[in-house]
Amino acid sequence: MSILINKDTRLIVQGITGRDGSFHATKMKEYGTNVVGGTSPGKAGQEVAGIPVFNTVRDAVAATNANTSVIFVPAAFAKDAMFEAADAGIKLIICITEGVPTLDVVEAYNYIKIKGANLIGPNCPGLISPEESMVGIMPTNIFKKGKTGVISRSGTLTYQVVASLTAAGMGQSSAIGVGGDPIVGLYFQELLEMFQNDPETDSIALIGEIGGDAEERAAEYIKQYVTKPVVAFISGREAPKGKQMGHAGAIISSGSGTAAEKVAAFEAAGIPVARETHEIPELLKQKLGK
Amino acid sequence: MKVHEYQAKEFFASYGIPVQKGFVCRTVEEAVDAFKKLGVELAVIKAQVHTGGRGKAGGVKLAKNVDEVRTHAGNILGMDIKGFIVDRVLVCEALDIKSEYYMSILPDRKSKSAIFMLSREGGMDIETVAKETPEKIVKLPIDPTVGLTDAKAREAAFALFDDMKYVKQAAPLFQKLYRLFVEKDASLTEINPLVITGNDEVVAIDAKMTFDNNALFRHPDVFELFEPTEDEKKEQEAKDKGFSYVNLGGEIGCMVNGAGLAMATMDMIKLYGGNPANFLDIGGSSNPTKIVEAMKLLLSDKNVKVVLINIFGGITRCDDVAKGLIEAFKLIETDMPIVIRLTGTNENEGRELLKGTKFHVATTMSEAGHMAVDLCK
Repeated sequence: MSILINKDTRLIVQGITGRDGSFHATKMKEYGTNVVGGTSPGKAGQEVAGIPVFNTVRDAVAATNANTSVIFVPAAFAKDAMFEAADAGIKLIICITEGVPTLDVVEAYNYIKIKGANLIGPNCPGLISPEESMVGIMPTNIFKKGKTGVISRSGTLTYQVVASLTAAGMGQSSAIGVGGDPIVGLYFQELLEMFQNDPETDSIALIGEIGGDAEERAAEYIKQYVTKPVVAFISGREAPKGKQMGHAGAIISSGSGTAAEKVAAFEAAGIPVARETHEIPELLKQKLGK
Repeated sequence: MKVHEYQAKEFFASYGIPVQKGFVCRTVEEAVDAFKKLGVELAVIKAQVHTGGRGKAGGVKLAKNVDEVRTHAGNILGMDIKGFIVDRVLVCEALDIKSEYYMSILPDRKSKSAIFMLSREGGMDIETVAKETPEKIVKLPIDPTVGLTDAKAREAAFALFDDMKYVKQAAPLFQKLYRLFVEKDASLTEINPLVITGNDEVVAIDAKMTFDNNALFRHPDVFELFEPTEDEKKEQEAKDKGFSYVNLGGEIGCMVNGAGLAMATMDMIKLYGGNPANFLDIGGSSNPTKIVEAMKLLLSDKNVKVVLINIFGGITRCDDVAKGLIEAFKLIETDMPIVIRLTGTNENEGRELLKGTKFHVATTMSEAGHMAVDLCK
């Protein structure tokens, strides 16, 4: 089992004829993701790696019954792409694009919510349910099917953690990169709830970073509602205040959003925080009593 | 991106938000002229710098006559406020203030919308208010699908005022301010304090705006006001090359693909007793040109004694990254010790290629960290 995506996922790729869109559409299809179509205005009738291209998301949904969409369009057009997907009835929208203006995300997120759909990202690596489906840009070969759920604000750091989990014999049920922007779609709390309710997930690795207070809220939520073992990791302990550390959302503003506050919140909730990524599998095993 | 108070007030004025009349001055003489032009009994002279705490630093002074304007402008121009040298002052009428309030608009991570933050504790450091008396701050999320309705604007105004006479002025002011915030893609619009004057007028006597860097592409009028510091210039240069760079002042230069991994790398160096020279994210993939550019950036920092390259090869295979590194270092002349940690797809092949080169090759991240810290001693 897994959360959000699985064998039944029917994916379309918005911006499939672009450089990134075509490259990653091919990779996703090779992994076994059910990529049923793509969109690119004016390019209906073409194919990318055997995937049919449509002018609009509405056309693609009508022809393929797609339920999930991944967006690879440039930042200036990402809001429109998210609107289009939600309007066409897509229920899970994953926006990979980096550099989308914050207020565009605010608008898109609220519209998607009204349409009863979910957003992941923007500025995210996507998600994977190993050996079933991968939507995004993740390097699939490091993942292994298993029982640990992974939630992360980062891309390569997630891979680092996943690689050490896999090496320690701990496969993953699903792994989600929520995105590095200050405002993004599904976040710790919603995903923790999904993993808590997923019968095939037995433990959770949560990878946070400086900026905002989502980790503090997650710690509070875990304490109240999550019975499965959770181990956290926080990057940016040595980050200076007021500087944006790569991700638009990774910034300590006016003294809040520090790693120390987040670590303290997790520890107060009884959630172990790894000092280094390679400690995560061991800490999870201890909590699982293995 | 930050702008100065006088620039924020120009935006305010262009949206019809009441501010005092004032002039920006670069010399004492200009300040004296501005005072004469204003023709007021009392003027305020305010340092224009991209930092807060101007008042505490002595950068805001009242002046009753030309001599006082001369003295204060002379003192403030050239003043160092938290590392920023004052090269401009704003001279404006000092209003008769009855009471002070705080208001701001900013995107909120939790409600995933813009919110109004309002407090009757105006003129104070709002972070102190938030910490010590959070109940004195009202937060109102704005649904972007309907915007700031008349009713919501009134609700916001009632958070500050009990008297309808002020609510009637503040509500439309808030709507204009919200429109400015949205239309210019601001990341913060703050008035501290918003005041009621002796004439019962609601006026913004201070103004602070910062803007979303990701949206500057559609706001040339905002971008025109960009005044980068030396650090910001270096960060911008890096950004133009597709990097994120932040100087940290230590000796171990770091080159990493991905922001989270880059942060984890600098945390690890510190944990092992070293000092990271920088945060540098070269992006998800890595090719020789990028590595050459990134090395140049690291070597331009004279504090750097050791370079640590930490690459997670995901979609880019490690053997390709290794070839890229070898290629890149043919173009760079340096005696600097370089530690490389490569992991991911084809990592053994990648490491094999790096054997017999001058690089210090590590298998795990912690091994690389220890190597870099030891080489620095």
